[in-house]
Amino acid sequence: MSIITNINKLFDHRIRLGIMSVLMVNEHADFNRLKELLGATDGNLASHTKALEKAEYIKIEKQFIGKKPNTKYSTTPLGKAEFKKHINALEKLIHRS
Amino acid sequence: MSTQDYLKDITEIKNLMNKSSRFISLSGLSGVLAGVYALFGAGVAYYIVKTSARGYLILDGSIFKLCIAILLGVAVLSVLTGIYLTTKKAKKNGEKIWDRSSKRLILNFLIPLVVGGLYILTTLGHQKYGQTGALMLIFYGLALVNASKYSIGDIRYLGFTEIALGLIAAVFPGYGFWLWVLGFGVMHILYGAIMHFKYD
Repeated sequence: MSIITNINKLFDHRIRLGIMSVLMVNEHADFNRLKELLGATDGNLASHTKALEKAEYIKIEKQFIGKKPNTKYSTTPLGKAEFKKHINALEKLIHRS
Repeated sequence: MSTQDYLKDITEIKNLMNKSSRFISLSGLSGVLAGVYALFGAGVAYYIVKTSARGYLILDGSIFKLCIAILLGVAVLSVLTGIYLTTKKAKKNGEKIWDRSSKRLILNFLIPLVVGGLYILTTLGHQKYGQTGALMLIFYGLALVNASKYSIGDIRYLGFTEIALGLIAAVFPGYGFWLWVLGFGVMHILYGAIMHFKYD
């Protein structure tokens, strides 16, 4: 029962898992880098980053590089902890069956 | 969701973590070729020195300059081969040759290497020649260990091997040449071949 509760509904999507995976091993990544790695469209990626930001799992920093706007994403400590819990739960589910 | 889906999730997570933080298209074959060049260069240098009038190396003669030229030739040829074969492999893997991962890899590889190179030049400036082989092995090994965090993990063990050989060469400077041959020639061929059959 406890295993099931650790499965996080917020991560129940390929793109969201992807965003978190990239940000777990990189200090930060910008929008285009995420897009390229995940093969997602602009709108799709934007909606998923927004959902993760709302849960305070990731942080969004907007800045300008020259005249171009650049959006940088990074994980929060909460996001890291939740993602680890989620992965552990996934692994337990796999090993159980 | 079924177990199959969860398994797919985990695999995808692992792939993305590797792809986004490591440059994995290093060519094993280029390692083998670098080793072959090093062996060939060392063979030519050995032959030139042994057949010269003195039979050993002195440091201001034309033969010394020739040996330095051979060394540089081996280094340049190895780097060019590495770039060519790695670009080819990156294309095949659909990985970009010049992105954050590869830049980070090169930067972290160069930090110990450049420091070591400058340090070796300083010792040569002070007429201390006995440790050159050992220092090259040690700093090259450290560069590999440092770079391994951003690439295929196997090069970490090549790095440890080079460091160990370098330390042995530091204790027995008389065998510096042979340990250099072992480290830059034989070990490159050995580890390059392992990587080639594992990943290429």
